[in-house]
Amino acid sequence: MLKDITIGQYFPGDSVIHRMDPRFKIVCTLLLIVTLFAGNSLWTLVIGGVFVLLVQILSRIPGKLLWKSLRPILPILLFTAVLNLLFVGDDEVLWEWQFIKLTMGGLQMSVFMIVRIILLIVGSSLLTYTTSPILLTDAIESLMSPLKGIKFPVHEMAMMMSIALRFIPTLIEETDKIMSAQKARGATLDSGKVMERIRALIPILVPLFVSAFRRAEELATAMECRCYRGGEGRTRLRQLKAGARDYIGFAVSFLFMAGAVTVNILSK
Amino acid sequence: MAEMIEAQHLVYRYPPEIGADGKPGAPNPPTLRDVSLTIRKGSFTAVLGHNGSGKSTFAKHINAILLPEEGTMRVDGMDTADESCLFAIRQKAGMVFQNPDNQIVATIVEEDVAFAPENLGVEPKEIRRRVDEALKAVGMYEYRNHAPSQLSGGQKQRVAIAGVIAMQPDCIVLDEPTAMLDPKGRQEVMETIRRLNREQGITIVLITHYMEEAAEADRVVVIDSGEVVMDDTPPKVFSQVEKMKALGLDVPQVTELAWELNQAGFAVSPEIITEEECLAALRALLSRASCAE
Repeated sequence: MLKDITIGQYFPGDSVIHRMDPRFKIVCTLLLIVTLFAGNSLWTLVIGGVFVLLVQILSRIPGKLLWKSLRPILPILLFTAVLNLLFVGDDEVLWEWQFIKLTMGGLQMSVFMIVRIILLIVGSSLLTYTTSPILLTDAIESLMSPLKGIKFPVHEMAMMMSIALRFIPTLIEETDKIMSAQKARGATLDSGKVMERIRALIPILVPLFVSAFRRAEELATAMECRCYRGGEGRTRLRQLKAGARDYIGFAVSFLFMAGAVTVNILSK
Repeated sequence: MAEMIEAQHLVYRYPPEIGADGKPGAPNPPTLRDVSLTIRKGSFTAVLGHNGSGKSTFAKHINAILLPEEGTMRVDGMDTADESCLFAIRQKAGMVFQNPDNQIVATIVEEDVAFAPENLGVEPKEIRRRVDEALKAVGMYEYRNHAPSQLSGGQKQRVAIAGVIAMQPDCIVLDEPTAMLDPKGRQEVMETIRRLNREQGITIVLITHYMEEAAEADRVVVIDSGEVVMDDTPPKVFSQVEKMKALGLDVPQVTELAWELNQAGFAVSPEIITEEECLAALRALLSRASCAE
C-alpha cells in the first residue's frame, strides 16, 4: 500500500533534456521561476509558456505525468483564483451581488495567477522528472560548493540528502511491517475519529524511530569501515562535465527569459 | 610477512551504561578476556561462538572500530592503536555486516560499490574499473544500475561484499553475513566468499553461527566467554561433539550422525563434516557389514 509512493518522481529517458548537465538544468529552472515571478505582463507568461512547452516536447515527458503533478495543487489553484477574483478589483465591474463585486481586473489577475502557478509547477516538475535524484544531489552539491568558503557543510548536506533518498523505500517497508504487527495485535489504524487515528499512530512511530536510530548507527559504522571521512579529498565515480549541449541549452533558456523580461519592461 | 592478523592477549570491556543520574554505572565484565590469535594470509577462518561469546567484538577489533584495552592487534603488521594507520587498516581489512540494508549507502548499486574508492580519493577512471571488477567478482554486474531496494537479501549482501572488494583489501571480515538471509541467499553469499578466497587469495574471517558454513573453512576458532577455547581444522573441532554441546554450540548434522554411530560402536570416524564424506563412510560401513554376513 505504502509502496506506491514515489519520491523524486524521476521518469527515466534519453532525451536531450535528460542528458543535459543537471547543474545547468537547475540554473535554468531558477531563471524560469524568477522570470515568472518578476514579470507582470501577459507576454511574460506567453513566452514562459512557450519555453515550458518546448522543454516538455524535447524531454518527451507525457502530458499525463505533468497533469499528475498538478493535481495535488488544484485546491490551492482554486483558492488563489477565488481570492484574486474577490479581492483584486478595478472600476470595470462585471457582476455585483450584495457585497461581492467581480471586476475585469480581478478576473485578469486570477487567470494570470493560475497560469503563473501552473507554469511554475510544470517547469520544476520537468526538472525532477528528467533528472535522477542522485544527479540532482550531486548538482546541488556542486552548485553550492562556493558556500564552503563560509564554512557551510555542503558535502554533509548532500550526503544527508542522498542517504535520506536511499532509506525512503527501506523505511516505508518497515512502516508497513510495523503496521501489520500492530494490526495483528488488534490495533485499529484506519477507522475511528481523527484524534483516535492520530493516537493510533504513536505505536507505529515509536518503533519506527527507534529502528531508524539503530539503522543510523549501523550505517555510520559501515561507512567508517569503508574509509568515509567527510568530503575532504573525496573523488566521484560520475564527474559532472558540462559540454556544448549544456551551454547551448543554457543560452536558449537565457534568451527566452531575457526576452520575457524585456517584453515585460516595454509593455509598461 | 605471512601473518594477516595477529591478536595478542586482547582484553576489552564495553564502557558502562550511563544511568538515569547521568553517571556511569558499574563497569561491565570484560567481553574479551584474553584472546590471542594469528590468522595467515590467504586462509579461510571461521569464528564460532554462541551469542554474547565475544566473537563480534573480536571482529570489530580487526577493523579498529574497537581498540583493545590491553594487548595488541596487528593487521598486516600495523597496530590498530596507531591512529595514523587507521585508514590503511580499514582499507586492508574490509568488513561486511549482518544487515545488508544498513550498510548500503547509495541509491544505485554501482554508486554504492564506488563509495569506498571515492572515499579513498581514487581517480574516477580507476573507480570505474574497480567497480566493474568488484561487481563481476560477486556476480552482480548485470544489476549495476538497479536500486538496492529492488534486490533480494542475498543480492544486497553481495553488493555489500563488492563494496568492500572495491577497496582492494587483502582480508575481508564478515560478521554473520548470512544471519538475515533465506537459504538461497545464504548459498549465494557463501559461494561468493569461497570464490574470493580461492581465486583472489583474499583472507577470509567468517563470524557465523551456522555450523555448515564453518565446515567450509580451513580452520575453525571457537570463542566462549571472551576466550579462544578451540582452534583447529573443522573435522578436528566438530568431532569433539560433547565439548561443542557443552559450549552451547551445535555440530553439522552429518558429524553428529557419524559421532553417534561411533559412540554406538560402529567403525565410523567422527571427523566427518560434509555430506559426501558421510555418504562414503556409510557406504563403506554397509558394504563391510554385508561382507561379514
